[in-house]
Amino acid sequence: MAKFLVTVKRDKCKGCELCRSVCPKNVIDMSAHPNAKGYCPAEPARLDDCVGCTSCALICPDAAIEIFALEEGDKI
Amino acid sequence: MSEKVLMKGNEAFAEAAMRGGCAFYFGYPITPQSEIPEYISRELPKRGGKFLQAESELGAVNMAYGAGASGGVVFISSSSPGISLMQEGMSFLCSAEVPAVILNVSRGGPGVGGIQPGQADYYQVTRGGGNGDYHIPVFAPARIQEAVDLLYEAPAIAEKYRNPVMVLADGMLGQMMEPIILPEQKPFITSEEIAVKKPWAISGSAKGHRSVVKSLRMQPEVLEAHVNHLFEGYAKMEQELVRWKSEGLEDAEIVFVAFGTLARLCNETIELLAEKGIKAGIIRPVSLWPFPYKAFDAIGPKTKVVISAELSMGQMITDVKLAVNGKVPVKLINRTGGSVPTSIEVRDKAMAILEALK
Amino acid sequence: MKPVFTVTKGLIPVDTSYCPGCTHGVAHRLIMEVLEERGQLGNTIGVAPIGCSIVAHEFMNVDMCESAHGRAPAVASGIRRVHPNKVVFTYQGDGDLASIGMCEIIHAAARGEKFSTFFINNGIYGMTGGQMAPTTLIGQKATTAQEGRTKEQAGMPIKVCELLAQLDGAVYIERVALDTPAHIRAAKKAVQRAFDVQEKGLGFSLVEFISTCPTNWGLTPPESLKWIKEKVIPYYPLGVYKNPEEV
Repeated sequence: MAKFLVTVKRDKCKGCELCRSVCPKNVIDMSAHPNAKGYCPAEPARLDDCVGCTSCALICPDAAIEIFALEEGDKI
Repeated sequence: MSEKVLMKGNEAFAEAAMRGGCAFYFGYPITPQSEIPEYISRELPKRGGKFLQAESELGAVNMAYGAGASGGVVFISSSSPGISLMQEGMSFLCSAEVPAVILNVSRGGPGVGGIQPGQADYYQVTRGGGNGDYHIPVFAPARIQEAVDLLYEAPAIAEKYRNPVMVLADGMLGQMMEPIILPEQKPFITSEEIAVKKPWAISGSAKGHRSVVKSLRMQPEVLEAHVNHLFEGYAKMEQELVRWKSEGLEDAEIVFVAFGTLARLCNETIELLAEKGIKAGIIRPVSLWPFPYKAFDAIGPKTKVVISAELSMGQMITDVKLAVNGKVPVKLINRTGGSVPTSIEVRDKAMAILEALK
Repeated sequence: MKPVFTVTKGLIPVDTSYCPGCTHGVAHRLIMEVLEERGQLGNTIGVAPIGCSIVAHEFMNVDMCESAHGRAPAVASGIRRVHPNKVVFTYQGDGDLASIGMCEIIHAAARGEKFSTFFINNGIYGMTGGQMAPTTLIGQKATTAQEGRTKEQAGMPIKVCELLAQLDGAVYIERVALDTPAHIRAAKKAVQRAFDVQEKGLGFSLVEFISTCPTNWGLTPPESLKWIKEKVIPYYPLGVYKNPEEV
């Protein structure tokens, strides 16, 4: 069960892979589908493993990532 | 109450700029105007302004840009080699539409040159020594009172057009003493008033909108539009800021064109020529940019020659020739390197010129 | 749902023009987060001079002005004279601060100017396409040192924090890095301390951010983080080089 929601703004992301490289839980993959600028953006692929450390958001240079703690009754 | 005092030029210039509302001064010592930062360092803090000796003229002009962009009324001064250092800053000030009052107490050049008076910065100040398309209005006083009046008015002119304004004096004017009347001290604008009175200035976005003062415009169409906008302002200046004085043009065989202290010397030369039975007149540009081309319309049919008298190798003569437009010959009488002619020397040279034209 | 990490209002919500993996975006965000948390976004004036970050005013949601190359500390000194009560900062790259602007930064620090300088050190000139910087490492390649920097040709890289810490007016100097989340958290604390020092009127403060330039280093962004850890930090140790007692 996911405890956190990680959102990546697809069109802001430049596909730099810094978030993927620092995630301690391997939550993030790079998408196979390019965005409007031609970058393949990051995608949270395994949210169940996310521990909410915010490493991805801290290192994102493009302010593309936001993180929310899920509470009872929240549906993603 | 206006006071009449005997003052040294440099100190009078400083006093005039402060009284005109300049609350911020940034400068670096350089002969022949070091008395200006010295005087201001003592007097400006007493009336609530701020003085800072900069690390160089590069620092000074950029401090002026920061203070001016913040809405402060700024005064900076230097002499020719220091003005050269400030050229980057002047181009930047014009591009960013930041007002400032700049005083050049010019000396002999090129390079480090000498410390005696010169007028060889004419091209630099009127054509602009910095990069790109821009103009700075330049006023050239001939006496200390005129310099005081111009420096007192300069902050308002700079604010009105949102552009730097320059007063070009020379070392003679800076070092001589004359009796003058000082005008009333204008109040200094405060940091709080700036947000209201100058919404374009950087003062914090709490004022209700965000201000950005900038120069870089990467897209050519945007930069072109901006330069055209600047030139609308320059067109207004060309209408509104032209100033000159002329005397004795009717029936004059010789018309001198001279600015600054050299014009005073030419007045004496005119009297000496009159003793020799030669009638001479003078056009004294007070604004060097915009140059008073229309003053030359008053040159009469009896004039045989127009003589540009300069402390340089002949720079203003370029504008004189444009103004005269081929009506009569235009000749140069000059000294340079800090040397100043006597009125007798100028008389003799003028008579030789007239003789050669017969 | 409870927000754990949301984007600060201090950043204007537009895409930045910085390269993928360039840590300018991280530095911008940290500074703006701190200003927002201090309630100072409306009371701040920033100076961004020449370099990739000349466009910082498009991203930082505060009053800003551009500056000629290297002159930001002089510009900020002028701003400070007019506005004694605003928060003022400069944001400068390694060419701007340590090359053409070395005179201005030394004198601002010596005067104890009450603004904060954020110094982005990525050891190369980004905007102009990869030339050598005063902080380029020995052996590091640049377009004006194509076989790699040598001591004989260009001297040793300049250590700005160590240099400025010798000046009395510089009261808080710290070098941080943006290569790991832990370092980024420490960098944010340094930004807070710099603004604390400024607020208390103690003197000049500077934070040097060891940053990436993947494009001109010829590395991927994740490889750039490794370069910082393995090559840059050993020469440019992180830490506090000057600290006032009161903060």
